[in-house]
Amino acid sequence: MVKDFSWLRAEPHGIYIVPASCWIDPAQPVDSALITHGHADHARGGHGTVMATPATLAIMALRYGDQALARTIEYGERLRLPGGVDATFLPAGHVLGSAQILLEHAGERILVTGDYKRRRDPTCPPFTAVPCDILVTEATFALPVFRHPPVEHEIARLIDARAANPNRCLLLGAYALGKAQRIIAELRLAGYSDPIWLHGALERMCRLYEAFGASLGELRLVSEARKDDLAGQIVLCPPGSLNDRWSRRLPDPLTAMASGWMRVRQRARQRNVELPLIISDHADWDELTGTIDEIDPVETWITHGREDALIRWCALHGRRARALALAGYDDEDD
Amino acid sequence: MERFAGLLDALVYTRSRNAKLKLVADYLRDTRDPDRGWALAALTEALDFPAVKPSTVRALLMERVDPVLFQLSREYVGDTAETASLLWPDPPAFGTPPTVAEAVDTLTHMTRLNAMVELAGLLDRLDAAGRFALLKMATGAMRIGISARLAKLAFAQAFAVSIDDVEEYWHGQMPPYRALFAWAADGAAPPVAEHVPHFRPFMLAQPFDGMEITMAEFAAEWKWDGIRVQIVHVASEVGGETRLYSRSGDDISKAFPEIVNAMRLPCVLDGELMVRGNHQGGAEGGAASFNALQQRLGRKTVSARMLADYPAFVRLYDMLSNGADDLRPLRWEQRRLALESLVPRLDPARFDISELIPVATLAELAAFRERARDDEIEGVMLKRRDSAYLAGRRAGLWYKWKRDPLLVDCVLMYAQRGSGKRSSFYSDFTFGCWTDDPDRGGELLPVGKAYFGFSDEELKWLDSYVRRHTVNRFGPVRETDRSLVLEIAFDSVHVSKRHKSGVAMRFPRIHRIRTDKPANEADLIATLRSMIRDAPL
Ligand SMILES: [Zn+2]
Ligand SMILES: [Zn+2]
Repeated sequence: MVKDFSWLRAEPHGIYIVPASCWIDPAQPVDSALITHGHADHARGGHGTVMATPATLAIMALRYGDQALARTIEYGERLRLPGGVDATFLPAGHVLGSAQILLEHAGERILVTGDYKRRRDPTCPPFTAVPCDILVTEATFALPVFRHPPVEHEIARLIDARAANPNRCLLLGAYALGKAQRIIAELRLAGYSDPIWLHGALERMCRLYEAFGASLGELRLVSEARKDDLAGQIVLCPPGSLNDRWSRRLPDPLTAMASGWMRVRQRARQRNVELPLIISDHADWDELTGTIDEIDPVETWITHGREDALIRWCALHGRRARALALAGYDDEDD
Repeated sequence: MERFAGLLDALVYTRSRNAKLKLVADYLRDTRDPDRGWALAALTEALDFPAVKPSTVRALLMERVDPVLFQLSREYVGDTAETASLLWPDPPAFGTPPTVAEAVDTLTHMTRLNAMVELAGLLDRLDAAGRFALLKMATGAMRIGISARLAKLAFAQAFAVSIDDVEEYWHGQMPPYRALFAWAADGAAPPVAEHVPHFRPFMLAQPFDGMEITMAEFAAEWKWDGIRVQIVHVASEVGGETRLYSRSGDDISKAFPEIVNAMRLPCVLDGELMVRGNHQGGAEGGAASFNALQQRLGRKTVSARMLADYPAFVRLYDMLSNGADDLRPLRWEQRRLALESLVPRLDPARFDISELIPVATLAELAAFRERARDDEIEGVMLKRRDSAYLAGRRAGLWYKWKRDPLLVDCVLMYAQRGSGKRSSFYSDFTFGCWTDDPDRGGELLPVGKAYFGFSDEELKWLDSYVRRHTVNRFGPVRETDRSLVLEIAFDSVHVSKRHKSGVAMRFPRIHRIRTDKPANEADLIATLRSMIRDAPL
């Protein structure tokens, strides 16, 4: 039998599993959705049945309130969907609760990675590579200029900058889900034991991570600090607050930002960042291409990001690939 | 090289001018000769390595990276040197990085034959930041917001010397500026170039915002639309030498031999370089439009035809020195008298004086300024009668009062990614006007392109609008659904054979985003045509 994989379709608003009438990370409300992870461009509110890992469901509940019909799927658990489709959730190593979804139907295997990375992350289990026919991969950092340095290296730069500026407050912009908690956990692994100060918008997600077992050490809220408490301290805030009025309360802030985009100078400049830290929760170029090599699928489908470059790489390496035109994913967010 | 690379990176990420000054000053104070001199030259883009071109860097990369991947990376990063520094493979182990002086020496001795090998050898000894610094230096395009002026200020600050002295002594000095450092850092005698027609820094005007001033304390004159120049002549036994400098201090003598040859008196004059015509200021004004001058700019040699078709002259504003006498400390009105007595001795075909506008009140001047548009003059200048000639833009002394811009409503048609810090934004906008009433079958034709006029907030908004309203892509260009009206401000509009619409704007910029206005209500090309003031070219 010729494999045609027509049972999985890329629609403008998500990946549609035809026999199961079920979507993966749909951008619009649908009756039945599998959600890879809690980032807002993948997990949206308003669906009917939502199937996701316990942590992802907890994150969605925190953001959108309880979902109408939530179904918990553990990593490795095989879920039988209508129409003879099996779905298995596997760790993606992206953020807490993040999953790849392995779909099996009529002897064909399609792996949807969602967002993923291959680097260490103390806050979530590592990416598991499994064999498949079709690999549906993200491509957020799919340009050969994106090579994230080791995270220890960037954390050391953060700690050094803090030591070199004892009178300034080190204000670090980091996304509220994933990046902030990973950086705190990495700081703790590097032996940083002082309290870490939070913008109010980060608090609930940090508490959620702790409830799922992350060790984040002593966290304090900026709203409860006196101005001079914060000199020489590390303060985390969402990227959007780096340059807004909120940051005026801080003593002479040294603005840092943790993101894979910081590899490109002009991107850091756009953010008005003095200390760009290249820390990403997405796979870099070597991880993306290495993962395709490792999984060695028959064909690679590319969802969102810089698909042109990854398609070119596949062509140069004799691999079949195509871009799925998906709308609504916001790759600026990491 | 690591220190220099560190300085470059710190400069890239520092917005505040004072912080930048301090970074450069600290570097100059704490680094030895000749590295600091070479670094200073690199920062101010005063180095030129003819063997290394951006195309050399590209070719070098092509040997190691797929051309398509390179191109995609280059488009994203927005800068060839940075792209190359990021794509260059780290060697298994780094050797000793080169000093700035060693890098300069190697670059200087490169030929086009060995450039690829030699440059690769240097790159292999550097990390990504070092590679970036090296490639920026080698290709001579720093673009990190360090103007020559800022570098000189930093130099003055580093060694606590006066900026005016730095400006004066700097000119005619060559990298690595050992004599300058010896003077500023070690108290040696200042380097002076007495028999060289060297450049003096210009005095500049601030924009006038209509504040209350006492008109009696000021003189008013027209702001002519050419380029500001300085003519310097020094006498010598063999007949003397004349040079013509642009505002940035570039020597543009070769492009305007008729001006250079006409000057025979030892002096330094400040004026506006223009082409003869009857566009600005009417027949008596005697100057052609800026477009005409553009035919003459940027040329290495000038044909007899060019000289005949676009004869240049200088309209004089000021006199900086008379023979060996430095007039700059004098009051403006004293310098003006000196200039007025000099002008009759000059060739009238090449030099005339910028007439003063006889007004007693600001209101009268405002009326003159309104008329400026009919006369195609950029605006008016206000100069304090007691002002010494001081380098740079000084508060309260000279003002420029431009006439208000013209406005037209256009429709956004195409957007292209910017370069440099805007490389990830769609920031270059092409807009059009209607050939006829759109309800009667009129079409949009592009009438111009604007890269500025918007705030960062508006840029973000425009970028996201473009992404959401794309109907077609052509490489880095996106075609939009032609739904957005932009109010475009511009200084003037001219007939153009190069544009399908037949018109070209000068200094178009986005004045307002008119989300309130439907696209079919944007202006017709005929409206733009009616604003054309110049004689058909
Ligand atoms: Zn994500
Ligand atoms: Zn994503």
